Amino acid sequence: MVVRNCREVKVRELRFLGAWDGPSDFVELTLENPGWDGYRPGQFAMLRPSGWGLDLTWGRPLSISRADAESVTFFFQVVGRGTERMAALKAGDAIIIWGPLGNGFSAPPDTPTTLLAGGMGLAPFRGYIERHPTPEFLRLVFAHRPDLDCYPYAAMSEKVRAEEVRERTPDDLPVVIERIETAVRETANGLVLACGPTPFLKTVQQAARTHGVRAELSLESRMACGVGACLGCVCKDGGDKHVQVCARGPVFKADDVRL
Amino acid sequence: MDLRVEFAGLVLKNPIITASGTFGFGLEFMNFGDIKRLGGIVVKGLSLKPREGNPMPRIAETPCGMLNAIGIQNPGVEAFVRDKLPLLPWRETAIIANLYASSVQEFGELTGVLAGEEGVAALEVNVSCPNVHTGGAAFGQDPTQIRKVTEQVKKCAAGKPVIVKLSPNVTDIGLCARAAQDGGADAVSLINTLLGMAVDIRTRRPRLANVVGGLSGPAIKPVALRCVHQAAKAVDIPIIGIGGIVSAEDALEFILVGASAVEVGTANFLRPDQSFRIIDDLPRAMLKARCKSIDELRGTLDVSR
Repeated sequence: MVVRNCREVKVRELRFLGAWDGPSDFVELTLENPGWDGYRPGQFAMLRPSGWGLDLTWGRPLSISRADAESVTFFFQVVGRGTERMAALKAGDAIIIWGPLGNGFSAPPDTPTTLLAGGMGLAPFRGYIERHPTPEFLRLVFAHRPDLDCYPYAAMSEKVRAEEVRERTPDDLPVVIERIETAVRETANGLVLACGPTPFLKTVQQAARTHGVRAELSLESRMACGVGACLGCVCKDGGDKHVQVCARGPVFKADDVRL
Repeated sequence: MDLRVEFAGLVLKNPIITASGTFGFGLEFMNFGDIKRLGGIVVKGLSLKPREGNPMPRIAETPCGMLNAIGIQNPGVEAFVRDKLPLLPWRETAIIANLYASSVQEFGELTGVLAGEEGVAALEVNVSCPNVHTGGAAFGQDPTQIRKVTEQVKKCAAGKPVIVKLSPNVTDIGLCARAAQDGGADAVSLINTLLGMAVDIRTRRPRLANVVGGLSGPAIKPVALRCVHQAAKAVDIPIIGIGGIVSAEDALEFILVGASAVEVGTANFLRPDQSFRIIDDLPRAMLKARCKSIDELRGTLDVSR
């Protein structure tokens, strides 16, 4: 079941503590403690560096990668003007942030749970693994194109059973799809959680349907407000109605969304 | 400092109203500020029947602004009255319903549903949405149609103030404002979005599924100020200024050229507490403008050389 988090959401201005020294397009951004240690993995936040002028209009929706009593961490790839400027932040810079937003993944204890991550979709599973009451029931399958060093995969694979598959060329795609389908099939009676690009989610959704496996999908979307007001981030639900990814998701039961 | 404004039968505690489509039904922002502090809230555009709106993608960020083509997705006027209005603090702050319809007659029916609702302080008539293929801007570009729609809404409004929201995508905004006045409007609000477009050279696709959409945000503020200035010269009814307002100073600029109040739209996306911050900042900006009340500043623009 997708459960809603009812914590108080406020706009805060936080100090940027630092980023990791990874490949320049892949950024792990850590901010001072917003008091989100009770967040639900799968939730996201809107980030807007205080130094942005008016030329960039929206904050940027980023999945919360992990949070504890000291800090909150986001993991993203530079894909445009906003993320490019966020990647250039210096320690001490201030960021306007509002969250945690949206719902999160289910985390039933003692349930075989397969985490399917495609590329940047790895981000929310870091906190998910850290917080899960029975991590020995978790299995991570990570599909990626860039080098494994671009992702915080190593730290995660120490904590749970993990495997990765890389799509180096389009010829590798059938292998990746096969691995996803197999992983879903092997989770019969368990739960599949997936986060990644839409074609990846479609593969998971199809496999879950075929094998009758319970699955939740975390969608991404461009957003202006993140709080359910602008109607710019809708997807179609099972009844073909437009629903907001920010307010009704970003995590949906696989049967409740049309991709 | 006196932030209060009175116009068109409305008494607002300050001139800051949130604009339609940028503030949901107000309830979405209760975490970010006390919505009772707002001068008013114009809710998301309402139609007689629920609307699913346009396909995705619906929004695109542009320099100092954004494009949208939402297509008036809304749950319908009856769901608003039943599910949203009772939750809104309408005794404390003005709740203004924004109306969309595709014919003069339908505008009348829609008005009829809201006319008896005690919680609705005023009606804003959307004759300027650029993102729907019938009604909307099709009305807003023809002064005769603006007058007809205004007359019809006024006739069905049971005395509630009627505000006509005007499109900037016209040759003469003064003519349109005059048409609304002639139709019996109690006020006009302007501007709605400017028709715009964005494309992607990699995919060779438009960035909006609707191809074209409405441009809003600070990028359009100079156009909006010019339109309010021209409308103020053309009509005697009060004007609500809209377009690119992100700060208290911006709000006062619109008051200076003749607006009675303003609507804050895209700024609500800069950060969800921005409208509250603008209200907090008004007294400081009024010191800068050397005025003790909004009335004292209104329409005092000196164009002498």
